[in-house]
Amino acid sequence: MSLLDLHDLTVLRGDCPVVDHVRLTVIAGECVGLIGPNGAGKTTLMRGALGLERFTGRSNLAAMSAADRARAVAFLPQSRQIAWPVDVETLVALGRLPWLPRGAKLGKADRAAVDRALHWLDLDGFRHRIATQLSGGEQGRALIARALAQEAPLLMADEPVAGLDPAHQIATMRVFADLAAAGHAVLVSLHDLGLAARHCTRLVLMHMGRIVADGPPRAVLTPENLAQVFRISAWSADTPQGPVFQPMEVL
Amino acid sequence: MIAPRALALSLSAMVAALFVASLLIGPAALPVGESLAALVAGGDGPLALIMREIRLPRAVLAVLIGAALGLSGAAMQGYLRNPLAEPGLIGVSASAALGAVIALQTGVASAHVLALPVAALLGAVVAVGLILGLAGPRGSSLTLILAGVAISALAGAFTSLVLNLSPNPFAASEIVFWMMGSLADRSVLHVAIAAPFILGGGAVLLALGRGLDALTLGEDAAAAMGVSLSQLRLMLVLGVAAVVGASTAVAGAVGFVGLVVPHLLRRAVGARPSRLLWASALGGAAMVLAADIAVRLVLPERDLKLGVVMAIVGAPLFLHLIYRTRGEFP
Repeated sequence: MSLLDLHDLTVLRGDCPVVDHVRLTVIAGECVGLIGPNGAGKTTLMRGALGLERFTGRSNLAAMSAADRARAVAFLPQSRQIAWPVDVETLVALGRLPWLPRGAKLGKADRAAVDRALHWLDLDGFRHRIATQLSGGEQGRALIARALAQEAPLLMADEPVAGLDPAHQIATMRVFADLAAAGHAVLVSLHDLGLAARHCTRLVLMHMGRIVADGPPRAVLTPENLAQVFRISAWSADTPQGPVFQPMEVL
Repeated sequence: MIAPRALALSLSAMVAALFVASLLIGPAALPVGESLAALVAGGDGPLALIMREIRLPRAVLAVLIGAALGLSGAAMQGYLRNPLAEPGLIGVSASAALGAVIALQTGVASAHVLALPVAALLGAVVAVGLILGLAGPRGSSLTLILAGVAISALAGAFTSLVLNLSPNPFAASEIVFWMMGSLADRSVLHVAIAAPFILGGGAVLLALGRGLDALTLGEDAAAAMGVSLSQLRLMLVLGVAAVVGASTAVAGAVGFVGLVVPHLLRRAVGARPSRLLWASALGGAAMVLAADIAVRLVLPERDLKLGVVMAIVGAPLFLHLIYRTRGEFP
């Protein structure tokens, strides 16, 4: 079942297409890494798909009502905003809003979802800490937990692991991969190609608003694509511990 | 953070106690038991008259206006995600004051007791029209602030112009005194004209809690969680305009409540915007009741103005709060 279905999605900034006739389908079970250099259109693609930008073409998410969409997709924006000094538990519980009838309190299922999300992001001990007083990486984890607590079939995360320490980067990507394996779908934009190669089932490479490659990590991270799109060379190998990918030089 | 129920109970008890105190304090020293009996039983005696026609409207207005200002301050801060926001920011209070000042200047105000509040409400309506025209459905929160600042400045300039052109010092001083804000000598009619707007607008604002909670995560995350930002903004502007316009119309400009009360209670509600709404409504009611009692106790013979006392108490309190919570905001 396709959870994300984009057809000829185009987002214009003035006359310039920032996202240019993108066709993309993500089905349940996939953990899709969205990669590409700065300004390739990754963020705009996600915002357009959600209907947060004016676009032409078709997006199954933007076609939904706001309430249905909030239950179909959880979106983690790139900018980490926590406006008020709420505690981490309250922050994560905001992810349950789309499931709560107006004026209702968190039920048993909601609390369980919040607990799971806190545990996945290694935040059990942070439950009662004030979110705005945490470090940047810890705030990032709390916000990822918020998106996970939403428990929507599709998770769209815009550079979620930027600024996290290595252990939590790996742990977060594993959570995403596990979610996908459990029947959800994840679309995650990344700059760390090593993490993308190791943890994603599929990579989508964007360049100047277009999708230039789409497939298993090995088929996308070819020397030609890396040279043309990222202007880098890289070393990669299949090891007993899984694929290893290391960017080497600027071309 | 205090448990929501305990907080609601203690704030309500405070409002109730101050409400009764407000009924019992005034220039005429009346016996407590008899005045409360007269309030309930009514009758034609002077006691019942004072209680029902003078003190009850004053106390009810203090509750309504305090709740209106506290609630709208919390809603504005929640929407703009800025602890410096206050209800006057969208220009409605300045425009309502301009309407009232014009009514005073032209003499319409002395023709009928309701002429001034109605003129003030008209001023508020003009401001809402302007702000929705400028920061309409596709405007951002920044457009809203900028439009509000511009409208406030324009209304302030016209108010100054009216003062500038006032024919004699008495007219000018009448205007200046009105602008200081007061609840003295308000009648049941004032309650009747303000209550529908404050109750209606208050209901609209209280319903915004969910959207304001989601906005804690930023506009994109809130929109993706099903919050319609344009609808939220429209409801906010209409709600704030109704409660603030009506408050200014009957009491003049009473500042600082909308700014200080949400600050004072933010920790107690665990900083959740939705809980801050009703807590600030109760807290605002308590604060205005207390200030209006202070006005009558401190200098009873000099007609001390509510707005003046509020600013004198509010500003240092605000400074103290800023000092205490410096570290909490990024």
